[in-house]
Amino acid sequence: MNIIVVGLSHKTANVEIREKVAFAPSQIEKPLAELVALDSIIEGIIVSTCNRVEIYATTRDIAGGIARIKRFMADYHHLSLETLEPHLYCHHSEDAIRHVFRVASSLDSMIVGEPQILGQIKTSYGYAAEYKSSGIILNRFLHKAFSVAKRVRTETKIASSAVSVAFAAVELAKKVLGDLSDKTVMLVGAGEMCELAAKHFMNCGAKGVMVTNRTFERAEKLAEEFAGEAVHFDELFQHLHRADIVLSSTGAPHIIIGPRDVEDVIKRRKFRPMFFIDIAVPRDIDQKVDNVDGAFLFTVDDLQEIVQANLAQRSLEAEKAEQIINQEIGQFHKWLSSLEVTPTIVAMRSRFDEIRRVELEKTIANWKDLPPDAEKRLETMTMAIMNKMLHTPTAVLKKAGQGGRVDLYIDAMRQLFELEAAAEENEELDLEE
Amino acid sequence: MTHFFYLLTLALYGTATIMYLTCLVRSSTNLSLWAGRLLVAGCLTHLLSTIHLAVKLQHLPLTNTQESLSFFSLVIIASFIFFERRYKVTTLGSFITPIALLMFGISAALHGAVKPLPPVLQSNWFWIHALLAFFSYAAFTIAAGVAVMYLIQNHFLKKKHFSGLFQKLPALDTMDDISYRSLAIGFPLLTIAIITGSIWSEKAIGSYWNWDPKQTWSLITWMLYAAQLHGRLVIGWRGKRAAILSITAFVVLLITFLGMKHSINW
Repeated sequence: MNIIVVGLSHKTANVEIREKVAFAPSQIEKPLAELVALDSIIEGIIVSTCNRVEIYATTRDIAGGIARIKRFMADYHHLSLETLEPHLYCHHSEDAIRHVFRVASSLDSMIVGEPQILGQIKTSYGYAAEYKSSGIILNRFLHKAFSVAKRVRTETKIASSAVSVAFAAVELAKKVLGDLSDKTVMLVGAGEMCELAAKHFMNCGAKGVMVTNRTFERAEKLAEEFAGEAVHFDELFQHLHRADIVLSSTGAPHIIIGPRDVEDVIKRRKFRPMFFIDIAVPRDIDQKVDNVDGAFLFTVDDLQEIVQANLAQRSLEAEKAEQIINQEIGQFHKWLSSLEVTPTIVAMRSRFDEIRRVELEKTIANWKDLPPDAEKRLETMTMAIMNKMLHTPTAVLKKAGQGGRVDLYIDAMRQLFELEAAAEENEELDLEE
Repeated sequence: MTHFFYLLTLALYGTATIMYLTCLVRSSTNLSLWAGRLLVAGCLTHLLSTIHLAVKLQHLPLTNTQESLSFFSLVIIASFIFFERRYKVTTLGSFITPIALLMFGISAALHGAVKPLPPVLQSNWFWIHALLAFFSYAAFTIAAGVAVMYLIQNHFLKKKHFSGLFQKLPALDTMDDISYRSLAIGFPLLTIAIITGSIWSEKAIGSYWNWDPKQTWSLITWMLYAAQLHGRLVIGWRGKRAAILSITAFVVLLITFLGMKHSINW
């Protein structure tokens, strides 16, 4: 039994193609049913997000299964296979396992370490379980993928550092001010990045917001958004001491806040630390403010540097993640292969027994004047021969099931003794029981 | 028996210190978890050995350099464990445990002769004075350790140098908090220690204050910490200048503890 993956992602197709191939989550029951009704496809899951559409399935016929899934994707969305195929990638066996583990751990995402993909896959799995398109193997596989993703998130720092300027600002503020939950933010001027950063600070629990702007109406409007307080621009320095975090982004061509001002403010705050971010170009806040004890000034360039460093660190962490995934692939592959051992042994016995019976019947039929107990003796003898011949291969297969390369043995057995047909018969019998 | 506990404590402290120092360069929740556990184990064996020694001597083991260093390191470790629980500052361990280990190591290397307790030390005031002094010293050690960390982190923030160590150090505000708390614990203890020390001095040699090196330097230490506390509460001294003052006062404290002799000889 093999796991196969067929799909496309932001890496192989642009958004127009991805749109055309997406499966709507509310209407996933029909495509799932059609998927598992395909010849040789036994279990199936469809994962469809804005950045990827993938189908995971189990099959005995790798090449055939992959081809049929490709055709299914094209036909379902009324596209020609020729248009779609160049964008599709496919994996099987170990590569398929690796691919799904990587995707779930966000290693294949546009921003490595992003948290959404895991939830999206869990939802897709939920549908497959609900509509019973997934079975023992895919269920276990997906659960394993979830636990691998969790391992990657907890054991590496792949998801822990800020990769946007606004997040970096918040992380830095935490390093200076500690817990942000009772801190006040002051917005000087207006601007998208300012507002975004302010939103992040509010999300982290910052209590108060003050907004000031040369145009008081604009300040009021923005303050309303944050349920904060608008301050007249010429009263800036009367209220500045109340702010722990100052985000500045005016259009002014000169410095607004200088080191003397900040020294006074810090004294008024009894030297409680203050965190300044200057987004404006040209700068609003004098660089010398950073020299004031207790004041910490950062520009957007500083924050960008942090973001770059974090991105670089994420790629290092991604390497660690790949190692974790390698370990887990080995384990899962072993389990998958061990599923095959018993049916293979049964199929082997079945094949040998068939040969034995046929030859025995032929011999008895052509033998005139057979002594009375001859049949029984011949039966005993042929059984003994068969069992002795099967003994070692059976033991080896069972032992290999606990070791590593059991799939090689199983494949060899199946090919050497043409076990395919017999195996399928037995499996159907098992399922019926 | 005491010797066995001593060696065990040394081993546990040593391993924990190495682990804490490793935490500075490598992050692993397992590592810091086990460093903490080994340290607690070491603290327990240290405590047991101290109690055992006390029982053997029939008095608290605070009478000579060897015993003092050992006790000092015990209280430092215990204080650190308290602060680590409260503030979750594993990184503080990397700064505190080496100090404690050094003191304990020196103590283990020295050989204190077991002498009968001299009459001057047979006053209860001596024990109270010594105990309180050590507890206050431990609090000030924590304050100094945090102050060093504060200065390092402040430097990183000003120079915009965001290394791995930067990530591991706690927030400035947290360190400031710990600094204040340890100061608030240590200062009253030091005050009472000096007072009880004077009372003992009176019982032992007839006068409360002798202006001997120990008492004089204790007073200097006390004044430095008083200034720091005053600065913090009234003027609002925090941050860099408070940290420098904390470290300066600690250096003076070490001079007082290690360098200065009582005028009361035994």
